Amino acid sequence: MSTGEASTQATRIAAEQTDAAPAPSNHVGQALRRKEDPRLITGKGTYVDDINLTGQLWAAWVRSPEAHAKIVSIDTSQAKARDGVRAVYTHEDLDIEASLPMAWVPPGIEVNTPDHWVLAKGEVKHVGDPVALVVGDDRYEVFDAAEDVIVEYDPLPVVTDPEKALESDSPVIHEQFATNKVSEWSLGGGDLEAGFAEADVVVERRIVNHRIAGAAIEPRGVLADFRADRLTVWSSTQIPHLLRPFLSMLLGISEDRVRVIAPEVGGGFGSKLQVYAEEVGCAWASRKLGRPVKWIETRSEGMMVTHHGRDQIDTVRVGAKRDGTITAWHSKILADIGAYQMFFTPMIPELSAFVMCGVYKTPAVQTDVVNVMTNKFPTDAIRGAGRPEATHMIEVTMDQLAQELDMDPLELRRKNFIPPFSEGHETPIGVVYDSGNYELALNKLLEHIDPAKVRQEAAELRERGIYRGIGFCTYTEICGNAPSRIVGPSGFGVQGGGWESAAVRVHASGAVTLYTGTSPHGQGHETGFAQIVADRLGIDPAQVDVIHGDTQAGPWGLDTYGSRTLAVGGEAAARAAGKVAAKAREIVAHQLEADPADIELREGRFSVRGSPDKGMTLSEVAGAAYAPENIPEGMEPGLDEQSFYDPENFVFPFGAHACVVDVDAETGKIDVVRYVAVDDCGPAINPMLIDGQVHGGIVHGVGQALYERIHYDQDGQLVTGSFVDYALPTAAEMPSFETDRTETPSPVNSLRVKGVGEAGTIAASPTVTNAVIDALRPLGVTFINMPLSPMRVWEAIQEAKGGVAA
Amino acid sequence: MIPAEFDYTAPESLDAAIKALADGGEDAKLLAGGHSLLPLMKLRLAAPALLVDLRKVPGLHGIEREDGSWRIGAMTPHTDLEHSPQLGIFAKAAGTIADPQVRNRGTVGGSLAHGDPASDLPAVLLAADGSVTVQGPGGQRAISAGELFRDYMETAIEPTEVLTEVRIPSLDGWGFGYEKFNRRSEDWAMVAVSALVKQTGDICEEVRVGLTNMGSVPLRAGAVEEALRGKPLSAESIASAAEQAAEGTDPPADLNASTDYKRHLARVLCRRALGQAAGLT
Ligand SMILES: Cc1cc2nc3c(=O)[nH]c(=O)nc-3n(C[C@H](O)[C@H](O)[C@H](O)COP(=O)(O)OP(=O)(O)OC[C@H]3O[C@@H](n4cnc5c(N)ncnc54)[C@H](O)[C@@H]3O)c2cc1C
Repeated sequence: MSTGEASTQATRIAAEQTDAAPAPSNHVGQALRRKEDPRLITGKGTYVDDINLTGQLWAAWVRSPEAHAKIVSIDTSQAKARDGVRAVYTHEDLDIEASLPMAWVPPGIEVNTPDHWVLAKGEVKHVGDPVALVVGDDRYEVFDAAEDVIVEYDPLPVVTDPEKALESDSPVIHEQFATNKVSEWSLGGGDLEAGFAEADVVVERRIVNHRIAGAAIEPRGVLADFRADRLTVWSSTQIPHLLRPFLSMLLGISEDRVRVIAPEVGGGFGSKLQVYAEEVGCAWASRKLGRPVKWIETRSEGMMVTHHGRDQIDTVRVGAKRDGTITAWHSKILADIGAYQMFFTPMIPELSAFVMCGVYKTPAVQTDVVNVMTNKFPTDAIRGAGRPEATHMIEVTMDQLAQELDMDPLELRRKNFIPPFSEGHETPIGVVYDSGNYELALNKLLEHIDPAKVRQEAAELRERGIYRGIGFCTYTEICGNAPSRIVGPSGFGVQGGGWESAAVRVHASGAVTLYTGTSPHGQGHETGFAQIVADRLGIDPAQVDVIHGDTQAGPWGLDTYGSRTLAVGGEAAARAAGKVAAKAREIVAHQLEADPADIELREGRFSVRGSPDKGMTLSEVAGAAYAPENIPEGMEPGLDEQSFYDPENFVFPFGAHACVVDVDAETGKIDVVRYVAVDDCGPAINPMLIDGQVHGGIVHGVGQALYERIHYDQDGQLVTGSFVDYALPTAAEMPSFETDRTETPSPVNSLRVKGVGEAGTIAASPTVTNAVIDALRPLGVTFINMPLSPMRVWEAIQEAKGGVAA
Repeated sequence: MIPAEFDYTAPESLDAAIKALADGGEDAKLLAGGHSLLPLMKLRLAAPALLVDLRKVPGLHGIEREDGSWRIGAMTPHTDLEHSPQLGIFAKAAGTIADPQVRNRGTVGGSLAHGDPASDLPAVLLAADGSVTVQGPGGQRAISAGELFRDYMETAIEPTEVLTEVRIPSLDGWGFGYEKFNRRSEDWAMVAVSALVKQTGDICEEVRVGLTNMGSVPLRAGAVEEALRGKPLSAESIASAAEQAAEGTDPPADLNASTDYKRHLARVLCRRALGQAAGLT
């Protein structure tokens, strides 16, 4: 065997070792404090608004106060005449090559997708639709100037109700389609008809999943700088890597000359997974004017023109045997997607379909999705994107079914659980769940909370007019976006891939930089990824510098959303680090005259198995790799490897949540007394990061169930345009969360992990809703839709008292 | 969230402030804590041409006792009231305003001068039979709480007058209760009820009930007071009197509450606040 062959084989063995077996672990699994926090909590983080360039101009947008209108005229003369105003642009001025992107083209399905321009062309379709762009020297001046742009509108009829929008006499928003219906799409499996025929009981509910906002605390912001034929854009985005090709295409600038940087990003929750008009417009204006152009979103704009989420009317029908066995499940989704279609707008509701079986053996299932346009801002991915809606439908309906069968809701769930599996379970629609042990998670949950005890407390409290209820949810979800073959153009229809990249560069000193193609906005990537890489190279996580969010640093990536970071990006990092480790082994073996297969990582050194005193540290290996007088014949110098990882399958985290609420029956006010969450995302890389994600996720889900709501009136005016009316909950509204985990390994990746960024949100809204219904049942309320505002709860109680079915 | 252009001055005496206001004319506005005015300006719902900041004016700050009654400087922040338990219902109500940041900046004078019927202190002042002292080019005058609130965000304070202090009569021997209903702890009241009760044995000597956000101005629940005055206080008598809490009110519906719901809340909260005031809960 030649040296070359031997080393190739060694590389393979080493790669297999790092791939298959968990790394010799020191740091993975520990609740390491977040590396990013010292700078963030001492105000040293650099957000877009902290960046200012010499000669920078400011942009302001003139936005439509009308929800639907013809633009009769735009008079920019007064604004242009103001001191400090450099330019005022309207649609006709923009020579942008195409309309804003929509990236879902499902094979064989017609999707009526209107053009969506950076500045409105001829008509405005929602409140906030931009009609002019003002650029000037000072942020305050451009705001004043924007008020001087005089736009004459001829109002058109408005439709904000998705059911009315489908009626034949409804105003049509985009006349070329002669309908507001965007698409019809179905996914089913098993014999639905037979399933319902077999059922002893059929329960049907109309479940409204109202519109919410992402409401990141850092508003959006863009700073675009076109100079010397290169465009640099700083944006508060989740997707710097995906934004780059679209800026390139829309502006006709070669991709290699476009650089996008997402600096510190203060939250996204899906709302910054977008290609926004403001990003394209500022970049265009910078090129036009030869000056950097900056725009920072105001909170009012944020509520109005940063994409919303959810907004569905779901009709759910479930059939079951008397003993609780589910025989058929049919969900019809009517999704109100707003006036245009943005990056993934019409695709999000379909994502519900992939987990419509939930954690149950449901033999026949069907999901039908109808997307419809109304005069509202578009929806798109908001934390959970389709899975919170699915889980809400499934888990609220499960409790309704239990109620109908007069069965304990947990017994009903256990009866239908898919039994534990570790190597895949195929549901009737052909989706293969990776691994699951739903009973285990539920049992763990019940170690923390005793429903019998809660019911006993409830009986005592009722004497004082307090109605205590307990609610549950057992869920699974689909994440780890995404296996390219499944989601891609000829599969589900996403016009791109789902892989992720990482590059591990060991510097000559032994210092390590990890470049990840994921792009964090608060999650803690720098900490978790450093733990993964450190353990594979025998160093401390503090020595691993994690670079992200800059398209000019490291390979192209696909960013952060859909709980993909760890399961896809983390795996890529592990693989890149594994390649470095494999090369290090070869160098060490060569220098110490040992077999690469005998080199192991032990206490921070690559040493020879059986003689631990013979070994080299990473920095010694790096020294040898960059001063390569003594490396294996034919080996390239350097210690710098990258990996592109495309997963074979999604991952399917799961868990069981419980919530205890107290309802003041006189006022309708709900107090969340306890919230217990058991989540399974495989082996923990960093339990503290998981807790952080779960906590935030729960707040998001509880927020939707009880507080948050984007509401438009009949005229299409946004009623909840600020944080006074959009009731984002605060810490004062939340109990202290009780969290625990089970750890069921995923067979999909070598880390054995699943995502956890959205799990809390996915589970929380049905958990809370079920708890509230449980609390109200003694008062005769058997069903209620979110948002569970005090008035809605009070009204439901009044109706029940009056004998009217709620 | 970007206000229109305005001028700013921070005079160092009360006279200078009054003069600046008078010189500024219609478009001049006093600035206290800024937590009502600045949001309106940022939303461009208000666009004063001149802000006259009171922060450097001496003598507008502090809580003092004088012959049993209280004098509170207009620029005293809500936090100071909150942490003065001797102020009874004022301390309790001030502690429910928004969050600590707002309470650190917002002032008692600003809150009363703003005249928002959803704010906490106006109805409390009304129930306490308090008054404010204002000073203008024509000198000083007192305005009783009953006369202060004219309409939605409209008070009897002239544009050229400065509210300098708040006066609260002695409430020694009174029991109090404050019940505020909102969705989030930081929110304005959907409805709030303030109750003050003076009792001898179980007989209600005197009773005053204030209603927050039940109309365009803070209100007194006269029918409730009437029903209890001179009568024995019991859970039953309170419950029956509280049924009249919404009598004569027609609060406008909003996003969170219909007129009916507000009226219902007023009755529930009134019963609870009176129960607290009478020491029954
Ligand atoms: C998020 C938030 C939540 C809030 N929640 C509540 C709540 O729950 N309950 C509540 O009661 N309030 C609430 N507030 C309002 C807060 O209490 C305000 O601070 C207060 O109402 C106004 O006081 P200020 O000192 O900030 O007045 P400013 O905003 O400075 O002024 C308000 C108005 O009063 C005038 N003014 C101020 N001082 C004087 C004076 N001495 N003489 C004459 N005129 C004067 C000003 O010209 C202006 O018109 C909230 C505010 C915010 C921002």
